[in-house]
Amino acid sequence: MAAVFLVGVLAFLGLRGLLVPRSFGQYGHYRGDAIKEIAALPVSYAGHQVCEGCHTEVLDVKSKGMHKGVACESCHGPQAKHADDPAAVQPAKLDTAVLCVRCHAANSSRPKNFPQVGAAEHSGGEACNTCHQPHSPAMVAGGSQ
Amino acid sequence: MTRRQLLILLPAAAVAWEHILAGTPEASPNYTMSEHWWGMLMDITKCIGCGSCVRACQLENHVPDGYYRTWVERYQVLDWTVETPHVDSPDGGKNGFPPPKEVGGKNFFVPKMCNQCADSPCTQVCPVGATFVTPDGVVLVDQKYCLGCRYCVQACPYGCRFINPSTETANKCTLCYHRITKGLTTACCEVCPTGTRQLADLKNPKDPIHEFLKNHSVQVLKPHLATKSKCFYYGLDGSVR
Amino acid sequence: MQIPVEGFMYPNEVELQWSVLIVLYPFLTGLVAGAFILASLERVFRVEAVKPTYRLALLTALAFLIVAPLPLQLHLGHPERSFEMYLTPHASSAMSMFGFVYLWYLLAVLVLEIWLDYRRDIVVLSQTTTGWRRLLYRMLTLGSTNVSARSLAIDERVGWIVTVIGIPSAFLLHGYVGFIFGSIKANPWWSSPLMPVVFIFSAMVSGVATVMLLYMLLNRLRGEPIDMRCVDTVAKYLFYTFIIDFSLEMLDLIHRIYEADESFRSLDFMVHTKLYFPHIVVQILLGTVTPIVLLALTQVVKLSETLRRRIYVVAGILTLVGIFAMRWNVVIGGQLFSKSFLGYTTYKMGWVTREGLLTAIVLSILPVVFLWILVKLLPPWPERHTVTETAGD
Repeated sequence: MAAVFLVGVLAFLGLRGLLVPRSFGQYGHYRGDAIKEIAALPVSYAGHQVCEGCHTEVLDVKSKGMHKGVACESCHGPQAKHADDPAAVQPAKLDTAVLCVRCHAANSSRPKNFPQVGAAEHSGGEACNTCHQPHSPAMVAGGSQ
Repeated sequence: MTRRQLLILLPAAAVAWEHILAGTPEASPNYTMSEHWWGMLMDITKCIGCGSCVRACQLENHVPDGYYRTWVERYQVLDWTVETPHVDSPDGGKNGFPPPKEVGGKNFFVPKMCNQCADSPCTQVCPVGATFVTPDGVVLVDQKYCLGCRYCVQACPYGCRFINPSTETANKCTLCYHRITKGLTTACCEVCPTGTRQLADLKNPKDPIHEFLKNHSVQVLKPHLATKSKCFYYGLDGSVR
Repeated sequence: MQIPVEGFMYPNEVELQWSVLIVLYPFLTGLVAGAFILASLERVFRVEAVKPTYRLALLTALAFLIVAPLPLQLHLGHPERSFEMYLTPHASSAMSMFGFVYLWYLLAVLVLEIWLDYRRDIVVLSQTTTGWRRLLYRMLTLGSTNVSARSLAIDERVGWIVTVIGIPSAFLLHGYVGFIFGSIKANPWWSSPLMPVVFIFSAMVSGVATVMLLYMLLNRLRGEPIDMRCVDTVAKYLFYTFIIDFSLEMLDLIHRIYEADESFRSLDFMVHTKLYFPHIVVQILLGTVTPIVLLALTQVVKLSETLRRRIYVVAGILTLVGIFAMRWNVVIGGQLFSKSFLGYTTYKMGWVTREGLLTAIVLSILPVVFLWILVKLLPPWPERHTVTETAGD
């Protein structure tokens, strides 16, 4: 009986040495390589710094307007693939009727000082970019409040 | 995102970008874990409930529908009823919020995500060491080592974990570890249009978080549970759970 | 599948993580620990009256212990990785202890004690049987065929030591299960230092009740008379442990009601609605108060043997129902409310799914099958035929 136990314990220790991943315990009680694997995952959102590298003219307009703090991919969606190969991957055209109301539709849950409008009475169904330029949304001549 | 933060991140991002362009996404060679201690700042007064962060998180991290690494809650506190706020979060706030049924009271949005606790109850209970706090303060899950026992999901006081039905392993916010190690900010911070969310490196003395913490009253969620949460909320109401 | 939600849940909380299988797990280990503690009564504390149940209790414990890890395995997302529990157990996790406590209890305590106790019988059987059974018993002797008086005395002595070690081990086996729940500070329904203690006492209650029922059932099937002195004593112990168990549970309840912390309003609402039937009706009224009253009757009033037997059967079955309900209310109840204390979800049990009802039923029957095989192989009662055949041994 004692021999059975001894053999069992020895076999366990041997197997343990073989089966525990190499990097286990490198930084703590976990597989150290897991950190590297997670860090190496691909990104989808390129980051506005990358966009601004090419689209300097947009940056010039945007940085002077109300939307200066809004990152490109906030509206345009993830563009890492586009940044990777600008010719092959073209960003989709955006629909301002959908896009603008996400933030600016009047909602009593929103902070009061945030600009919001009831779209129907505000523009009467007219697209937002008839009057507003999305990259710098102050009034364009001809629009009415 | 403030401009100062942008300047700090810029050179590192450029280095990383070369790797991404070359098709070899990997941790920035300039990144040293011991030099960082990551956290997040949430300015509740700025949140407009647009749901951009939830959508971006799903796209960036391939979060399955119906599960959330981050989500937005809407609170409505009528008069003095701090104990019983009206709270909703339709589809995690992914598609924004319809106007409330009842107008009035105190209204605000609260973005939620993994609090990246330094004394995290979830990593404490993992039986095998499949989830852990990294040396730079991010709570991660090793997808190749997780048993799927779900104990960590039970142990998280904030409801931040779930079992990914396609891998049968625990899943949660990684604070976009694959981005922050490349000098980028998280997907949610990147797309937040109002600057509600700000990634913070608490070990970087130049990070604007220090100036903010010095001059504002901040709070963490469920402070009585002493999880050493690194998600700091500015403007947090007492009714928030 | 749309899960009905009342009020507000954190969006990831809607789906329950731990299913009916995790209800079954503490129920099964509880029976193991309880049955073993009953067996050790005879061995260590020399309660001669319960001797007829000694071997049956050990075999019951073994049969249930073999099945106990199955619900856990079935519930894991990656059962093939479960060996990691042995390779890299995380010192701060109550759950990581499971593998070791289980192995220790199975091999170092239960199997060893049964082997020591049956060694003489195994040797005798290996000489009196033929064919494959002879081969099997030969193997079970592990080459140790010495049945001299001195050798048996050593067996007895070592067996006693194993039992003494076994009692704290049994407490450990089930106490740690309670700790798994009791140590979760995120969940106020679970988080309580009383949880492991309540688990141990409810385990003893369920184990004692099971052995009592099995003893009466098996003797009836075999057409043997039931030793009433034995059953009366077992019932007496059941009564006492039940009173302790009930007091602890009530202490926990009163404490929660009186302290009425931030979670109280939410939990109280749950107990009065979704959990009313399983908690108040089944667990407390039907599964605890009724059997305690019934057992108290047999202690206070002088009743006929038949009536006592019937009361024991009813009380035993109700006890098991009550303890199962208790596990259900802990495991499932602890996941029905939101950690925001603002809403409630619903548990939808699957039928023929991996973690469904059918699996649970199969897993509950399996230990009975194992017990049947064990009883056939290692008869727990003095075998009339063998005794005559091996006379003079």
